[in-house]
Amino acid sequence: MIAFLSYKALLVLIIFTITLAVAAYSTYAERKVAAFLQDRIGPNRAGPFGLLQPLADGAKFFFKEEIIPDVSNKTLFIIGPSIAMLTALMAGVVVPWGNTLWIGGKEYLLQIADLNVGILYVFGVVSIGVYGIMIGGWSSNNKFSLLGAIRASAQMISYEIAMGLAIIALILMTGTLSLREISLQQAGGIGSDWNFWNIVYQPVGFLIFIICAFAECNRTPFDLPECETELVGGYHTEYSSMKLGLYLFSEYINMFISAAVMSTLYFGGFNFPFMNDIGLSSNWITVIGTAVFFGKIVFFIFFFMWIRWTIPRFRYDQLMNLGWRIMIPLAIANIALSGLISLFVHR
Amino acid sequence: MLTNRSKVVVKKEMNFWERIYLPAILGGTIITIKHLFKKKATVKFPEVKREISEVWRGQHVLKRDEKGAERCTACGLCAVACPAEAITMTAAERKKGEENLYREEKYASVYEINMLRCIFCGLCEEACPKEAIFLTDRLVTTDYGRKGFIYGKDKLVEAVDKRIDVTKRQTPEVLEFKKHKLLSHNR
Repeated sequence: MIAFLSYKALLVLIIFTITLAVAAYSTYAERKVAAFLQDRIGPNRAGPFGLLQPLADGAKFFFKEEIIPDVSNKTLFIIGPSIAMLTALMAGVVVPWGNTLWIGGKEYLLQIADLNVGILYVFGVVSIGVYGIMIGGWSSNNKFSLLGAIRASAQMISYEIAMGLAIIALILMTGTLSLREISLQQAGGIGSDWNFWNIVYQPVGFLIFIICAFAECNRTPFDLPECETELVGGYHTEYSSMKLGLYLFSEYINMFISAAVMSTLYFGGFNFPFMNDIGLSSNWITVIGTAVFFGKIVFFIFFFMWIRWTIPRFRYDQLMNLGWRIMIPLAIANIALSGLISLFVHR
Repeated sequence: MLTNRSKVVVKKEMNFWERIYLPAILGGTIITIKHLFKKKATVKFPEVKREISEVWRGQHVLKRDEKGAERCTACGLCAVACPAEAITMTAAERKKGEENLYREEKYASVYEINMLRCIFCGLCEEACPKEAIFLTDRLVTTDYGRKGFIYGKDKLVEAVDKRIDVTKRQTPEVLEFKKHKLLSHNR
């Protein structure tokens, strides 16, 4: 029991560290990708290729003066970013980062908790994340913050529905809510074990899911909550120092987690083509699988940034129109169609 | 229709493919990804200096003649020509024994150019009848205060042992132009 607990604690620590590191380097990647897509070269002064830039930014956040507005609700003002960060970090618990490792005849699962309601847990945690933004915007006692918070919560609630409906079609197909089992069902792929990733069976579902993921992460073209040109930063206008840092960080962690969930649900998770044909031991397959999984995550994070410099921001009514009048009916139609097909065609 | 580039705006209904926007977005992503591999426009400044023209109009120099005497006679034509009114000077009479310092009997005891006012048009150089002031390819350096941008003779007059080459700015066309004393510019 103690061995089990200490293993899980170690795994939590490792994943916590990786999550923070990925979030930190996402800020660097964001600036680099932005620069490269605009024919610039981006940060290049702190360390080789500017690789120490996230450390410099982090140190700067800690040393900045911390301002809590007099008119704000001070308790809630501090709770806001804490909730945002907490929920962002919590979602990583159910993501299967890899298959099992066998060391000394013992099985080590590369997943903190294999909940049988994994996706529901992710959704639950993500919807608490709205509170972080809502509380932050409201407690600042500032018009712009409040407007940003209202926009953010309205947007996140609207798109969560379509996202959930897109997932239902997938669950109809897989028959399980556990992220690990969904990953294992996609094992094999091209090779002797003929098996496709879920994206092949659920292209429309994936499209809805990725659009909603953009909206949930407040990324362009859905970055209305913090559109700096209109709302001077949105819900975190009044925040400074590391509390602002926590908000920005939680956003990047959300991006990381949604990239991980997308890879797990639709792109085979830790599976890769020819995994059963290359003739390596299962431990090696697991290690390569984890690396491949992180490769997929990195690609999706890049995709998030890539889209940011491709599409301009939506207008608010366009955003709501897309969410309620296009995404949700499309998701429902997708459920109906998937249901019909799985009724007649038994996989 | 002068340039033949005008386009007639057609307000037609978008068809289904255009209305789902996804093909257009895909096209957009292809355009942006192409920029990822393009040559970058950035010049890494302190290490790499941007190439500037040979006749670049940068910081001024007050030339000395072949013997090392200052050419400027404080006639004030440059200050009159200056559209930004950046140049001020005080004239003084040459004393005995200063013949090696100043070329003619009158010289500028104070000569100041306010680099914040200067627009680097080069009219001072054109106005100068004594070939004393030239613009060079040097950049005006930054400073923390406004006072530092008022350049006096200490910064403007070239050193005797460190002459500044301005031959690039004295192109044959310029020299030819300056010969025509009848033109109003050179009178």
